[in-house]
Amino acid sequence: MKFQGIWNDDLAYSFRNSPVAVVAAVLTLVCVGGALLAPWLAPYNPFDAASLDLNSALAPPAWTAQGAASHLLGTDDQGRDILSTIMYGARISLGVGAAAVLFALVLGVTLGLVAGYFGGKLDSFIMRVADVQLSFPSILIALLVDGVARVVLPGDRHDEIAIPVLILAIGISGWVQYARTVRGSTLVEKNKEYVQAARVIGRHPLAIMLRHLLPNVMGPVLVIATIHIATAIITEATLSFLGVGVPPTRPSLGTLISHGNEFLISGVWWIVLFPGLALVTLVLSVNLLGDWLRDALNPKLR
Amino acid sequence: MILEVKDLRVEFPTRHGTLVAVQGISFAIAPGEVLGVVGESGAGKSLTGMAVIGLLEPPGRIAAGEIRLDGERIDNLPQEALRRIRGRRIGAIFQDPLTSLNPLYTVGEQLVETIRTHLDNDASEARARALALLREVGIPAPEARIDHYPHQFSGGMRQRVVIALAVCAEPQLIIADEPTTALDVSIQAQIIQLLKKLARERGTAVMLITHDMGVIAETADRVAVMYAGRIAEIGPVREVVRAARHPYTAGLMGSIPKIRDATQKKHAPLVQIEGAMPRLNAIPPGCAFHPRCTKVLERCKTERPEPRAAGANLTACWLYGPGPA
Amino acid sequence: MAPALLSGAQGPPPLLALENLGRDFDVSKPWLNRVVEGAPRQLLRAVDGVSFEVRRGETLALVGESGCGKSTLARLIVGLYAPSRGRIRFDGVEISGPEAQADTIHLRRRMQMIFQDPYASLNPRWRVREIVAEPILVLGLLKDENQISGRVAELLTQVGLVPEDGEKYPHQFSGGQRQRVSIARALSGQPEFLVCDEPTSALDVSVQAQILNLMSELQARLGLTYLFISHNLAVVSHIADRIGVMYLGRLVEIADAQDLFARPRHPYTRMLLDAVPDLEMSGRRRTPVAGEVPNPLAPPAGCAFHPRCPHANKRCKTELPRLISRDGAATACHAVEENRI
Repeated sequence: MKFQGIWNDDLAYSFRNSPVAVVAAVLTLVCVGGALLAPWLAPYNPFDAASLDLNSALAPPAWTAQGAASHLLGTDDQGRDILSTIMYGARISLGVGAAAVLFALVLGVTLGLVAGYFGGKLDSFIMRVADVQLSFPSILIALLVDGVARVVLPGDRHDEIAIPVLILAIGISGWVQYARTVRGSTLVEKNKEYVQAARVIGRHPLAIMLRHLLPNVMGPVLVIATIHIATAIITEATLSFLGVGVPPTRPSLGTLISHGNEFLISGVWWIVLFPGLALVTLVLSVNLLGDWLRDALNPKLR
Repeated sequence: MILEVKDLRVEFPTRHGTLVAVQGISFAIAPGEVLGVVGESGAGKSLTGMAVIGLLEPPGRIAAGEIRLDGERIDNLPQEALRRIRGRRIGAIFQDPLTSLNPLYTVGEQLVETIRTHLDNDASEARARALALLREVGIPAPEARIDHYPHQFSGGMRQRVVIALAVCAEPQLIIADEPTTALDVSIQAQIIQLLKKLARERGTAVMLITHDMGVIAETADRVAVMYAGRIAEIGPVREVVRAARHPYTAGLMGSIPKIRDATQKKHAPLVQIEGAMPRLNAIPPGCAFHPRCTKVLERCKTERPEPRAAGANLTACWLYGPGPA
Repeated sequence: MAPALLSGAQGPPPLLALENLGRDFDVSKPWLNRVVEGAPRQLLRAVDGVSFEVRRGETLALVGESGCGKSTLARLIVGLYAPSRGRIRFDGVEISGPEAQADTIHLRRRMQMIFQDPYASLNPRWRVREIVAEPILVLGLLKDENQISGRVAELLTQVGLVPEDGEKYPHQFSGGQRQRVSIARALSGQPEFLVCDEPTSALDVSVQAQILNLMSELQARLGLTYLFISHNLAVVSHIADRIGVMYLGRLVEIADAQDLFARPRHPYTRMLLDAVPDLEMSGRRRTPVAGEVPNPLAPPAGCAFHPRCPHANKRCKTELPRLISRDGAATACHAVEENRI
């Protein structure tokens, strides 16, 4: 797939001239960098039980009166450093989000291409399934998939497969938007003469879809995917908050927020606030980046 | 003269620098006269028309020159004043009749609205005028069709409606930008006849922009040939078509396919002009046509010729200039 | 019984032969709408009862205005659509129709197509060398990378471009240059027969001249056979040996080009000729053109041209005229048959 047509002067120019895009990109890089490099950057490893020190439990952030410089954002009830848990948690959130988006993208683009190219009953079937699915909130879909998986799969394997199941659930709940867009673009492109030329040459439909149509319908997909990452992370956070997402041994930002919520009543505010802020920052900057990308790639606005 | 254009210059500021789209454009149109503006894609003919109407898309702007309608300058008017002139004193016909008409309103409603905006008519007077217009442009059974929607008309009929819309406020000038390009060849002939008739009967000046020399030969009284943003040649249509002075015009006329006459088995190859019209940001120095010209002189490569008299035409070419050849 | 075809010289079979070819499109409203509104099924007869031959090495032009079915016919011939009726024979072998062979790929490979829109006929995401090389790869004509690059360079030069152009993308070229790329692509499969669907209609007139000259030259050099479709009789005059005129899906006249221009028989042909603008400015008088092409979904009864025809009589309004050969030209017109015009 060639991006040369997209990544040209105009895009870079538009980026440089949009302060929002630059700030969003920087923030995203910080969040992603912090998450990916957590094992090396984080001051502590919060999941190494041996390193936990209950004496430093519930310590407030460093700048408050009782805080200590050793724990910048304070600690939770088990003595885990909040900053480190955020970095590790963001890792899980981002990992699940990105994987779910990838799954949804591959599934959605494939179904969209097939529906658009072959038309007829296959198209009707796929689109009706999509319509039905769209009438349910995506959280419900994710819960449904998750619930089915828990019933079907053996109980003691739950922790291991919780994350793949979660990725599957969020992915299945999100394929429709890709399929619809790709189907629309496919319907348009399929009637263009270069596709007809390929058919006259005698190319197999699969080759036409992969080599001719796919590069030309992928544009909008990238924009959708960028914004979808933000949504996927929120969905994962919601599911984890509700307790049906990631297992407690591998907490994501959502789990951290849920966990921290319990302590709010007793005035311990830092356990819920900082993971919450981290989540908002991550999602917001990815969203803004996606918005900019969509406007920058829109030929009509250029 | 209804329309006088002097030294018009249209520019587009881009981040790569200012692009000059057209320059040095000067011509005039008398009442009842049809001036053809002909050129290939990128020559700047549509931009010239848009500049006259005042519909240049920003960042494009008129950088220099004057446009006078019936003696008054219109190029420096504010948007509001221009809007009032458009429609009332200048009418426009564009290429695609489908997008020129609002699909949600009947033809009658659109005509009446325009009539009442610009003329002091009440509803029934306006409708009567609309009916008369539809009849004049050749729509059969206008009483029935006046309440039809644009999609209920065929392409040629729709273009007739667009023409009716353009003339309904009795403008002094009509700008027609490729009015027949989207139509079948047999309909083109009909529309051309209609335009000519209207111009003659109403004394309207018509600026006919097209790439089709055949349409020009049938319709225009005078013609301006544009190349790379400038006028290469301008003169009476007979002179330009049959005795072109400028090498580009001659090449253009030679490259137009013609029906073979009965004695020929097959035509000789068409005259072809090598190369292509330069892009706006790559216009050669001197005469813009010199890289492709078969009669190029040394002078052409460095000095740009201004239009000068050559017989009945004005030609921008050193072959006809004063000074050393 | 197939209507009388233009008698070709005896000898090898014509390269292409169409017999009573027809294609319908179902443009009915969706089932639910039809039930609710009580609307009937609507069938568009885009092409109906078309028969003609194309001899090896010649250029047959098909002219007609919008809705006449010439583009549909082009797509029927190359196999983009399947015919609803009739047969297509290529080099004597039936490739479409009741007795069509199962495997006609090797025959279809001998024909290629050039399209009208230079902007939509090249994949915007492929480089020019990939576009031109595609038929070579698909047809397995060459396997070695170097040989393929060499051949692509050769083809690009043949159509008036340079080998370096292979690295560029379509958007870097002008309309005329893109058409040259299309021609190079069509030629890379080494076809014998080229179907050209309005290849110059979207081009400026001086560029059109270059492309028409190029196509003539290539035909002479490579011994190609062209089916050239256009709405412009003047263009066709420069390239065609024989010309067929279509109206509302049917072939109404077919004759040698010289003959057609000297003595147009069908009233529609005469109307088309009259409508060509007079660049000689001879001030010739022309019969005013009447009416417009009717809605193809509701064609007039009898001869489809009769509402616009100055010579229509009662028979024309009820009976469909058949293509009848006379003096080397075939015309589908009652008035011609009855010697009224």
